[in-house]
Amino acid sequence: MSANLSAIFYLISGVLFILALRGLSSPETSRQGNLFGILGMIIAITVTFLSIGNFSTSFIYVLIILLAGGSIGALIAYKIPMTAMPELVAGFHSLVGLAAVFVAISAFLNPEAFKLGSPGNIKIASLIEMSIGGAIGAITFSGSIIAFLKLRGIMSGSPITFRGQHYINLLLGIAIIVLIFYLCNTQSESFFWRLIEISFLLGLLLIIPIGGADMPVVISMLNSYSGWAAAGIGFTLENSALIITGALVGSSGAILSYIMCKGMNRSFFNVILGGFGGTDQTIYSKGKDKKPVKSGNSEDAAFLMKNASSVIIVPGYGMAVAQAQHALREMVDSLKKNGVKVSYAVHPVAGRMPGHMNVLLAEANVPYDEVFELDQINNDFANCDVAYVIGANDVTNPIAKTDPKSPIYGMPILDVEKSKSVLFVKRSLSPGYAGVDNELFYRDNTLMLFSDAKKMTEEIVKNLN
Amino acid sequence: MEIDPFIFRLSIFILSIFIGYYVVWSVTPSLHTPLMSVTNAISSVIIVGAIIAGLSGDMKSIFNTSNIFGFVAIFLAAINIFGGFLVTQRMLQMYKKKKKNK
Repeated sequence: MSANLSAIFYLISGVLFILALRGLSSPETSRQGNLFGILGMIIAITVTFLSIGNFSTSFIYVLIILLAGGSIGALIAYKIPMTAMPELVAGFHSLVGLAAVFVAISAFLNPEAFKLGSPGNIKIASLIEMSIGGAIGAITFSGSIIAFLKLRGIMSGSPITFRGQHYINLLLGIAIIVLIFYLCNTQSESFFWRLIEISFLLGLLLIIPIGGADMPVVISMLNSYSGWAAAGIGFTLENSALIITGALVGSSGAILSYIMCKGMNRSFFNVILGGFGGTDQTIYSKGKDKKPVKSGNSEDAAFLMKNASSVIIVPGYGMAVAQAQHALREMVDSLKKNGVKVSYAVHPVAGRMPGHMNVLLAEANVPYDEVFELDQINNDFANCDVAYVIGANDVTNPIAKTDPKSPIYGMPILDVEKSKSVLFVKRSLSPGYAGVDNELFYRDNTLMLFSDAKKMTEEIVKNLN
Repeated sequence: MEIDPFIFRLSIFILSIFIGYYVVWSVTPSLHTPLMSVTNAISSVIIVGAIIAGLSGDMKSIFNTSNIFGFVAIFLAAINIFGGFLVTQRMLQMYKKKKKNK
């Protein structure tokens, strides 16, 4: 296949990838979009095989490896529970990152195969491109591994901080640039390996200070990095499908990070520098323990909701942990049978990744047109009888509006406080991730339901029927 | 003077960033998780580079270092491609089911 013809096919697959993302503008068109994506991928892979035109033994090896990896991927895709989506995505990011590193290494070791010159005499532009692709890939890999371990709970979600950490990161960043410079000057292999090693280290150090609930930002950021890595490699390979995809994924991740940061009213740098929450929780909660709290049981909750005319459900990470989404749907079904109007309010940063709550609710067969974003539903709380807060905390805390000293001041919150009564399912009065006590707990119209989210919801269902 | 082909690639890159910007803003927030998994799948088109690396060289030397890195990269990217697209499809199916139940 001629180079020009394959370039046109790569362009087509790039366009199909654009259509894949375009499809996600509504659930109706999204499945078609995904098919476009798959088609784009098939075209890109087929064209690559045809343009190399090498169908010898190594082709068989490549095919076997491709199918082996593919079956593992397919297996994971079918087995993975929806609650594990955040760590799955983090894990997948690490694979893209590592693949980018390995492609960069292959290109460096065997530049002839990629038509980039000969070993020791690689074109400077290609050298810069593959260094950038490899370095960002390495950062994506090690960063995603840390994110994966934190999300999976293998590593503590609390931030790990030490003195001078940001200076070390800055130093490593500078070292990467210096190494690329020397690599271009000398073409020396050892500079290339140091570059990859330092990038791995930097990825690690970048993510360890960031706490669990900031993971939505981290995952989006790593998503973006994996895109830039792909684009870097795309420049090296002079492949437009890769360049287009890299740019798409890069900007997609960046926009998601921005949306997540805005959802917390924090700057991107504030999140990335890390160390938020975690440590000073005890100081905040002390001294407030004596305030009176009204607590109730499932019967009270069922009674309140049965007699309400409208109920808004506010799900949060706690719902994901307790896997309470199915029980919740059952509860809503019985409420609807009783003529209660029910809708769901999802905060942008609820859960551990963008759109986390939406997917869980979708899994439990909640129609997507009953699920609303913050802007769409926030005014409705004033007219709603009961707000059922299940597993959310900080995103409902009115202190974000009133106390400029609070770490969450200015964060857009769901106006749960405005509803006639608030049911708060929570295991204890402990503060949320931000380490701030939620004054909603002590309001007269709040009824605390101390229990596991799933257990409580199931009991309410029993009492409703 | 002829324009360096790099400039053309750069143009594609910059314009694609803008396309990405507008396309992603139009993605409905409820589909942000599928967006992440599908972007993950498509960025694995990096497999193209891995295949070139894996298929380089002649029959005698299909297992030199460069090829082996290529093979491993094919394996990793393939996990991502299949896993990413299929899990996206699985999620999107759930958004469909509900529509029917209504």
